[in-house]
Amino acid sequence: MLDLINVSYDTRIPNNVGLSSDKRVLKALEKWHPGYINWWNDLIPRKFQESLIYLRTAVSVDPKGWAKFDYVKMPEYRWGILLAPKVEGRIIPCGEHYGEPAWQEVPGEYRAMLRRLIVIQGDTEPASVEQQRFLALTAPSLYDMRNLFQVNVEEGRHLWAMVYLLHKYFGRDGREEADELLRRQSGSEEAPRLLGAFNEETPDWLSFFMFTYFTDRDGKMQLESLAQSGFDPLSRSCRFMLTEEAHHMFVGETGVGRTIQRTCEAMREAGIDDPFDVDRVRDLGVIDLPLIQKKLNLHYTLSLDLFGQEVSTNAANAFNAGIKGRYHENRLDDDHQLKDATYPVWNFVDGKLVREEVPALTAINMRLRDDYTKDAAGGVGRWNKIIEKAGIEFELKLPHEAFHRQIGVFAGKTFDPEGNLLTQAEYEARKGEWLPNKTDGDFIQSLMKQVTEPGKYAGWIAPPKVGIDNKPGDFEYVKLHMA
Amino acid sequence: MTKPFKQHLIDPEICIRCYTCEMTCGLEAITHDDNNVVVDAEKCNYCMDCIPVCPTGSIDNWRVVEEPYSLEEQFGWDELPEQAEIAAAEESDSEALDDAVAALLADAHAGAGGRARAPASAAKPTINMYSLARPAEARVQGNYRLTEEGSDSDVRHIILDLGATPFPVLEGQSVGIIPPGTDAEGKPHLPRLYSVSSPRDGERPGFNNLSLTVKRVEGGVCSNYVCDLKKGDTVRLTGPFGSTFLMPSDPQAHLLMICTGTGSAPFRAFTMHRQREFPGLKDSLTLVFGARRPGELPYFGPLGKVPESFMRKLFAFSRQEDAPKQYVQDKLREEDDRIAAILRDPKGHVYVCGLKAMEQGVNEALADIARGAGLNWSELRDTMRDEGRYHVETY
Repeated sequence: MLDLINVSYDTRIPNNVGLSSDKRVLKALEKWHPGYINWWNDLIPRKFQESLIYLRTAVSVDPKGWAKFDYVKMPEYRWGILLAPKVEGRIIPCGEHYGEPAWQEVPGEYRAMLRRLIVIQGDTEPASVEQQRFLALTAPSLYDMRNLFQVNVEEGRHLWAMVYLLHKYFGRDGREEADELLRRQSGSEEAPRLLGAFNEETPDWLSFFMFTYFTDRDGKMQLESLAQSGFDPLSRSCRFMLTEEAHHMFVGETGVGRTIQRTCEAMREAGIDDPFDVDRVRDLGVIDLPLIQKKLNLHYTLSLDLFGQEVSTNAANAFNAGIKGRYHENRLDDDHQLKDATYPVWNFVDGKLVREEVPALTAINMRLRDDYTKDAAGGVGRWNKIIEKAGIEFELKLPHEAFHRQIGVFAGKTFDPEGNLLTQAEYEARKGEWLPNKTDGDFIQSLMKQVTEPGKYAGWIAPPKVGIDNKPGDFEYVKLHMA
Repeated sequence: MTKPFKQHLIDPEICIRCYTCEMTCGLEAITHDDNNVVVDAEKCNYCMDCIPVCPTGSIDNWRVVEEPYSLEEQFGWDELPEQAEIAAAEESDSEALDDAVAALLADAHAGAGGRARAPASAAKPTINMYSLARPAEARVQGNYRLTEEGSDSDVRHIILDLGATPFPVLEGQSVGIIPPGTDAEGKPHLPRLYSVSSPRDGERPGFNNLSLTVKRVEGGVCSNYVCDLKKGDTVRLTGPFGSTFLMPSDPQAHLLMICTGTGSAPFRAFTMHRQREFPGLKDSLTLVFGARRPGELPYFGPLGKVPESFMRKLFAFSRQEDAPKQYVQDKLREEDDRIAAILRDPKGHVYVCGLKAMEQGVNEALADIARGAGLNWSELRDTMRDEGRYHVETY
């Protein structure tokens, strides 16, 4: 167990922010750290805390330093505070301060807005670890278990990154917010996490893969737009976090892909051509493609809700203030102030869905969501290639954005996945075709059995094509502690 | 016909299009269209910056080609093409892209009796970051004599500070040092290889420095240059090199390390890494170390401070007064039960490092011990080598 008293913060917290010479922040983090370790220790089942896990640790931000692989016990993971290198002469990339030097300190007029953005981002990081806390007990392989823990420790590091900003730049209320990040709990009655999607437990591994593919991709898009912040320390934090976020995208995309791969293989071996012959496919102990589509529908639409209202003054204010940019703001070729620009946004007029031009400044959320959908569609295309290669006639699709929505213009109305408006009764009658029902959930649960022999995989998922850090197939990614 | 070369490619079936590599590449050698992320062979200089940042491993693909695949060809791929049948391709999986260095390492590892492989759980080494054309510069932080003043054997511990230059090196890897000046024909000297004797996180933990263990050789251009270096001098480095003589990450692996003289360099690094990562381990390292006398055994003092419970140390001295001559093979035979247990252990790893002359004696001793334990040494050695558990580096 980590010796809390003799932590050398100089070496235990790899950092490039001069922590050892910043006594005030160092002291604040020293006070915060035990609470964090307690949170971690209470969260993850004990035997996994004691196990040696082959993890990647970032010890510096240069390409060679941020992916050091070695066996580590999770509580001894070195959660670093690492900011992407400072770009000399960086300017505020958008809004009314466009072109002015980027802020190195918090601009007083935007203090509250910035703090709120950082707190919301920070709140999602520990929340997802909380949602996934029991998954290791049903890991389909040591490889997958390791990937789960890698995602978890990196979410932990992202929390550190946000907590550092709170401590460094927001004084006493920053410290209080940092404490609150540890007090709130996913799914808690009295102190839930701030965003709805982060209060649901992740019940099974397919959900986990879908979550990392769709919901973490929302996180990626949020980080992308915070990486465009005129507040330079936030921008630099998020730019470095994005390199790690790519791993989460990878876990999601390959996890779903390997599930599809195994289903297709099993169908071929059994001579089943019809993907809708669900009972026979399930008898093979693999997840039928229509159910994978249902899970996709669920997680994609829950994630769309995270982007908020399509037309939003909050988002407009953040953009205008220069504290949150658009996706790849620095690569866009316009005035970066959106003075006269318009952007097409979904609206519902006379019973029909139409895209209406609105001032682009107010449509920042819609635009980011569109960028998200384009990004998310890429992987779906690659999943379809697996199905096509297996010679099975089935195509996974992203449902229409109107389907199954709780936030924004579509909320409170019922659509099918093609975007046709339905009556409540019609929707209820057919909902089970589009979203996982209890039987589906029970079936997936029945497959969730832990596999701990190195190189072996549960029957519903194919092995990966390449090992982590190029390790061979039977590599022991987790040395389970035999309690 | 152009000389066959290794082209860097990305596997489109595994890549998730996160573009992290593209953002990392300082040369803008990586680009993408709506379909694939691809590497421009004209621009890639094998700096390997993109390798560790890739979450999928799709980035680490190579084909030996006579004509490089164009960007347009790569954009059109659904999967990587097979390696074409080119003679040079068989050797493409080498320890260094530089032919001369690869040949040196192949020769040093020849004593293992077959193609060397890294231990299964070894960390992935970075190789070829710096070349003769683009060397790294390091500053000398210290130069200490390791052997007694009176001895004619002058072995030095040299500490090099890389400053802000990334130089990721694993225990067991080597670096090249380029001696200044020119040879008799007026050509610049080629680099000489030295095994790093410090662990991956630096001679001092968290510092970007490394150490070398160098013996002065009479008339040796490079060894005299290195042994005479003064604090503050600047040295040009190539490398890192070597992708097989590495230590397993698995703390349950038992390491038997057999060396003479400066062959101790990699084992100092192995031991220090284990001590820093797993200080609580018991009895998982065995060192058999030979020298003429204690005063000529590099690191004799510091080794004495490593507890026997952490590492079993067996010293063999061949010129000690009032004592019979002993060589490392004699120590192996004395401890045959211990050695046999390591040979039987599926997690046992054997490393031999030092002068070529030690190879035969060590091999015979291991063969005898194996025979005594009812094992067939030549078969066992081949198995261990194929599993990355038997390593020889001799010169």
